This record gives sequence, C-alpha cells and structure tokens, in this order.
Amino acid sequence: MSVTSVLDVKDLTIKYDNQSAVDNISFDVQQGDCLGIVGPNGAGKTTLFRAILGLQPYSGSIKLFGFEDSKYNSIIPLIGYVPQKVTFEPNFPATVYDVVSMGLISEKRIVQGVKLIQECDCCWNRIYQTIKKKDDKITQALHTVGLESLRNRRIGELSGGELQRVFIAKALVKDPLLLILDEPVASVDVESQTKFYNVIKTINEQNNITIIWSSHDLDAISKYANRVACMNKKIFFHGEKEKFFSDKELLKMYTESSMQMHMHNHDTH
Amino acid sequence: MILEALSYGFMQKALIAGITVGLICSFMGTFLVLRRYSLFGDGIAHVAFGGISVGLFLGVFPLWTAFIVSIFGGLGLQKLRQSTKISGDSAVAVVLVSGLAVGVILVSASGGFSVDLFSFLFGSILLISNEDTIMILGISAGIIATLTIMQKQFLHLTFNEEQAKLVGLRTTLLNYAFVVLASITVVTSMRLVGVLLISALIVIPNISAMMFGKGFKKTVIISMSISVISVVSGILVSYFLNVAPSGTIVVIAVGILVGTLILKSTGLLGKMNIKKPSEITHNS
Repeated sequence: MSVTSVLDVKDLTIKYDNQSAVDNISFDVQQGDCLGIVGPNGAGKTTLFRAILGLQPYSGSIKLFGFEDSKYNSIIPLIGYVPQKVTFEPNFPATVYDVVSMGLISEKRIVQGVKLIQECDCCWNRIYQTIKKKDDKITQALHTVGLESLRNRRIGELSGGELQRVFIAKALVKDPLLLILDEPVASVDVESQTKFYNVIKTINEQNNITIIWSSHDLDAISKYANRVACMNKKIFFHGEKEKFFSDKELLKMYTESSMQMHMHNHDTH
Repeated sequence: MILEALSYGFMQKALIAGITVGLICSFMGTFLVLRRYSLFGDGIAHVAFGGISVGLFLGVFPLWTAFIVSIFGGLGLQKLRQSTKISGDSAVAVVLVSGLAVGVILVSASGGFSVDLFSFLFGSILLISNEDTIMILGISAGIIATLTIMQKQFLHLTFNEEQAKLVGLRTTLLNYAFVVLASITVVTSMRLVGVLLISALIVIPNISAMMFGKGFKKTVIISMSISVISVVSGILVSYFLNVAPSGTIVVIAVGILVGTLILKSTGLLGKMNIKKPSEITHNS
C-alpha cells in the first residue's frame, strides 16, 4: 500500500441537530506541511479537528497516513493535539514533568501505530526513537519549548503562556507525525506568542513534523504557515499561502465572513 | 499505658486493619477527590448498606453481598454518568438513595436493626476477627498493587479524560476498572468507620495533603501519612477515653485539616492556591 499524504479529507460533513457545522469539505495535507486554517468563530475548525481525532461522528471520508476505519484508531496516538481549552483543578497535584510524561503513557500503542505505517512501504522513512529513555524524551520536549527550568513546578502555578508550552511539550514528547494545534495563542501575551511561533517553526522545519494549526492571526499565518485553508463551514480556499495572501477577493471574503459571524454572535448574545 | 493497650490482641488487630484501611482510602481518595467524586464513597457505602441488608435477610455472610451489590452499584453509577446527561453528584445521589431505600425495606422486612447492622453503620474496628484482618490485608494489598501499577493511567484519566483517550488509553475500560476498585475499597473499609463516616477517610486526608502544594507522588505519601496518624491516634484515644473509635478517627482527621488550613493561612505552608480552575480558553 502506498501512502500519498498525511491527511486526506473527502466530502466531510458534520451535523449538529440537522445543522451543518462542517459542510462537504475536502482537502489534503502533505508531509512537512504547516497548514494554517483560518475562519471566523463558529466556522467549524474545532469540530473538524475533533473529527480527525476520532472524537466526533461524521459522514464522508478521513484518511490518516492512508488508513481509515479500524486501522485509523491505531494511528491516532501518533497525533499530537493541543486543544484550545484545557481545564483542570488549580490544586491538581501534578508537576510540569508529570503532565509531559502523560504523553508517553501508552508508548506500546504509539509503537504499534508506527509499525503499521512502516509496514506499508511508504515514504515515512522516520526512525522512531524507542530506544531513548523516557526521561531523556521528556527533557528534550521540555528543552524544545524552553521549560527545562520549570520541570518540577506545579501546573497550577504557571502562567497561560507557560501552560500552553507544557501542553505542546506533552504533544511533542511522543515524537508525533502530525501536530494539531487549535487556536493555540489566542489568550497568550505577545512575548509568549513570539516564543510559541518560534517553537512551531523549529519543530516543523528541523523535526519535519507536519502541523495543522488554526488561528485568527493572519500575520502569523502569513509568516509561519506554508499552506492555508480558509473555511466557514465550507472551504473557500486551500493552497499555497502566497496565493491566498495575493488574492484580494479571498481576503475580502474572509474578512466579511468574520465580520458577519462576529455580528451574528453579538446579536444572539 | 500505651504499651499495655498495645498488648491486647484486639488492639493489635484494630491497628493493623486500621492502618491498612487508612492507606487504601487515602490512595484511592486522591483520584476520587480530584475527579470531583468526593461523595462516591458515601454513595457506594449506602449501596453496601443495601447489600448488607440483603445478606442478613437471606442469611448469607453480609460482607460478600455488600461487595457484589456495591460493585454493581459502582458500575451502574458510571453507566448513568456516561449514558445520560446526569452529572456526577446527581448520579451519586440517585445510587445512594436507591441503596439506602432497598436496605431500609429489607431491614424492616427482617424485623428491624440488629447488632450486625449497627456495626456496619458505625464501624466496629475493635471487634474484628483474625479472619477479617487477614481479608482486609489481602484485599488491600491487591488494591495498593493495582493502584501503584495503574497510577499513571488513572492520573491521566483524572487530569483530562479526552486527552487520555488521544494518547491511546482505553478510557471506558479504565473508568469501569476505577469504579470497581473504588467500590471494593469502600466495602473493605466500612468495618473501620462504618457506612456513615467512610467518606471522611477518603476525602479529608486528601484535602489536607493537597494544601502542601506538592506533585502527585508526594501528595499521595502525605495523604497516607495523615490517614495513618488519624487512624492510630484515633484508635488509641478512643481506647483511653472509652468512646467510639470511628468518630474519634474522623475528628482527629478533621483536626489535622483545620491545623493545615491555619498553617496555610499564616504562610507557614507556602502560598495557598485559592483561585478559579486554571484554564486556557480561546473562543472558536
């Protein structure tokens, strides 16, 4: 079996109470891509991610590394996911190290997923570093996000930006083949945003990890993504970022749909 | 005087069983409190009361019927939470009153409260037999071994269930295993403080331990230490004052909690984290 893309979404529709949250969308993601997904609030970005992660029923087809159905579930542990909202008890007795190590709990299933991909004689010539000790992996993930000095700090004592990086380290510690980030910097200060974007750039370019990333920040998308998908329930554009940012009609459509959605939300509240 | 008390066989058995129960309640309690399942112990203990009544009614050893009924009660509670939109505390309330109601019906049908039933309601640590002590030690060893082996999985499940699923954990199976373990813990521990006070041993040492602001392993060790101190001093004090050990154990545990709160408020125990649940929130 030959795998041609990391993710292949075809005719995907997701409905809540007969209302479409995602309406017949198709797109693909190639290895090494950093795909920025833009769209207004309520455009279905989070719903799309949840479907990719197997958390949301849908109609249509989603292939991950060429697999779907039962084998798809074996591949899910190879995805690193940073959700837009993580809630926990402020006194939760876990340190930064404890939380990052949670990413390696099911190492056996991660290895199974990697074997499945390697068996299919595909282009993923990636050597999974199973021989590395868990502690070394955690240290390396913390180093990548610049949090080595906070490894023994309780998570309830961290700032929003630091917490963000902890969850990225947790996603990175298992050497993911695909990283999905759902509006990761919306509530983080500018300095932390810059640090975060540099981390994203490093892991995409140096570690060759494929990234799908949703954001409202067009400046950041233009700077750090190589491809763009613009969606508002449907996909209006999917392709090279240069094409998206040079097309004034597309940008105007994105701005108008964002504004309409903003006004709709404002009216309903 | 203490040595004299310790020379009695019933005191030795009470202390061995009490320390063991203190250890399993505090270890299991760490997960229950963090999952906002603080009253799970109460709910299951009341279901166990129904199970004990079934045993007494049928003339079967009541602890076995309590184990069976409680495990099914725990699984039912989990199913109720997963399959319906009933919240955790409401599900506990439904299961709690159901167990109690069945118990009351069977008790009235079998001619009223007996000494056996009272001992389960209020605890009877000083009256436990050699067989009871061995059973408590055996079951507790199994619970501590399972929790130690599975602690990372249960911690991740407690921290965030959806994220646990995404790293490859079988969360549905883990949830059922968790409630079965918790149900066994509650029934095993009932002999110490009784149905009515079991939640105290599960919840109070853990609330005190979390004030120390440590990581997971240290929090569990602190909680276990507080639990053992409460049980040992509670049994000894109750012996000398000739009062009920169950109540004394719980009062001492509450005293330690109050002391910890005072130390926290005076700054002697580091900063206190009283704030809203930490969250990274971005609107989509």
